[in-house]
Amino acid sequence: MRDMSVPSSLPHAAGIGYKSRHYADLVADPGPVGWLEIHAENYMGDGGRPIAQLRALAERFPISVHGVGLSIGGDRPLDRDHLGRLRRLCDWLDPASFSEHLAWSTHDTGYLNDLLPLPYTDATLARVAAHIGQVQDVLGRRMLLENPSTYLAFDETTMEEVDFLSELARRTGCGLLLDINNVFVSATNQGTDARAYIDAFPLSQVGEVHLGGHDEDVDDTGRPLLIDSHGCAVVDPVWALYRYTIAQSGPRPTLIEWDTDVPAFATLRAEAARADAILSPVTA
Amino acid sequence: MSTHVKSLALLGAAAAALTAHATAPAQAQAQEKCFGVSLAGENDCAAGPGTTCAGTSTVDYQGNAWTLVPAGTCADIELPDGRMGETEASLEADGFEGLARDLPEGTDTSILRPV
Amino acid sequence: MHRQSSFTDAVLNPDRAAPGGLSDGFGGPVGKRFDVYRNNVVVSLTEALETGFPVLRKLVGDAFFKAMAGVFVRAHPPTSPRLQLYGQRLPGFLASFPPVAHLPYLPDIARLELGLRQSYHAADAAPLDVGGLDPDAMLALKPLVAPATLVVQSRYPIFAIWRANTDSAAPGPTGGAQDILITRPRFDPAPHLLPRGGVTLARLLKGRISLAEAMAATLAAEPEADISALLSLFIASGALTLERKDL
Repeated sequence: MRDMSVPSSLPHAAGIGYKSRHYADLVADPGPVGWLEIHAENYMGDGGRPIAQLRALAERFPISVHGVGLSIGGDRPLDRDHLGRLRRLCDWLDPASFSEHLAWSTHDTGYLNDLLPLPYTDATLARVAAHIGQVQDVLGRRMLLENPSTYLAFDETTMEEVDFLSELARRTGCGLLLDINNVFVSATNQGTDARAYIDAFPLSQVGEVHLGGHDEDVDDTGRPLLIDSHGCAVVDPVWALYRYTIAQSGPRPTLIEWDTDVPAFATLRAEAARADAILSPVTA
Repeated sequence: MSTHVKSLALLGAAAAALTAHATAPAQAQAQEKCFGVSLAGENDCAAGPGTTCAGTSTVDYQGNAWTLVPAGTCADIELPDGRMGETEASLEADGFEGLARDLPEGTDTSILRPV
Repeated sequence: MHRQSSFTDAVLNPDRAAPGGLSDGFGGPVGKRFDVYRNNVVVSLTEALETGFPVLRKLVGDAFFKAMAGVFVRAHPPTSPRLQLYGQRLPGFLASFPPVAHLPYLPDIARLELGLRQSYHAADAAPLDVGGLDPDAMLALKPLVAPATLVVQSRYPIFAIWRANTDSAAPGPTGGAQDILITRPRFDPAPHLLPRGGVTLARLLKGRISLAEAMAATLAAEPEADISALLSLFIASGALTLERKDL
């Protein structure tokens, strides 16, 4: 059983979301990339190239396992088979961190492959806390929970998202994954203050930070509607919010996420270097 | 049948296979290609392209609204007569290793029948 | 609690209104903001099918494939969070989708592409190495069918159709049924045209009998089988292994 007190054992450096097409570049010259994050669901096969690549990479880089399909916010019991697959992956890989999302994706009809939103209520809190407890029990490790990008509001919500996440961390002992781009996207979409969100966030519980790109759209009334697309570079206001956060929290393992229109490795390396430059002064 | 059938045909086949193996040891490697399988169906946590119409429009192919026709390389394929119209015949080749599970359940196909 | 049921329904059925109890966060109706989720779901699942069925997509064309995928993903959303497995019901869907009724080979092409993916993620196993063996010793071997080895049967020339759409130099398909042996010597699955008797031989070998017994039984069942070509194919393509199937 690992030490449950540290939010994660990832290095306080920049990492990137691993894409198989970058394997050769990454092994040849990772540059400032100090660790890698994988999406758990892509490594649940029985063998073949994905598993072989992951075994090889794990010998060179600390690995963060980021689940995207557990549906922790689902109003049905967690999928035990899926939880079992996560445990097997974490058992053989022994990653430096495991994280999932404050969202749901699976319902009776099936798996919708999206991070769907939750109302922040006492009932939701109790259910998500129970699911996190179950995950941590099965995996035998502390997990990190990520704040979502939000596009709409629930009438029944009674709690601020920051308070909801703080209370989850308090009840379950889980750590938090702070996605700065999600904070920016949600604040813009809801007309709230991103820095106030960071100020209220329990930064001591943050085991990992995410940075990514978003798309810009507008809603029916012409208000900005940002979409968490992970398909372009991190924008300057998000870098500024990141700098603001790190100044308060101290260095944190920071991931560059780029999932659609994936660029050449050199582009990711440059993004990682930019994060590293913000991390380094406070590391020194 | 004997458990040690070793007809000349079998020995000949074995010898041929061994010869092929010895003369082309790198064949398997040479055949390795990536058919794009490596990228198929990867999970990620990105959101799609906003509010474009893909998620908000469907075409009812059971009415007359479906006007699209397949327009790819299928146009280049002409199979001899007698090969067409066999979809109703059983294609339940069990696929040897469980591909039979691809077959639809009755409830789902019923809604897909032409009206 | 029914909120996630109605949310799911509305995501998959754009004709339905967004569920109640949602707003834009500024006191107005949720409007297009709900469409973000509708779009994410349909676009991401469509893209998963596009990458999973490249030959099928080429056959029907991009625009048709996208529209057809829109129908399929709503009728058959994934049953597992592993998108690697998504599309298992596409062959059955294609067999009863009226706009492709005149292309009866499409379901088998979809099965072939599913098979390649299944092979790609199957357990590793070292291919049977017959180097240094004499014919008698080889025939006495009791190999296993490798976990990444699959057979796809068809009454259509699916190997030729697949080849013509992945290799521009390959000849166009003509008539005739073709069975395919998918093997994965190391990491990359490859389809091979499976000669007559191959399906029988593969089935027999799953029973863990000696090569001699399997070949003799194949000949007994299908006297016209070219047993020599079959054995060479099974050995050279890495279809067999001596390793146990469980990891």
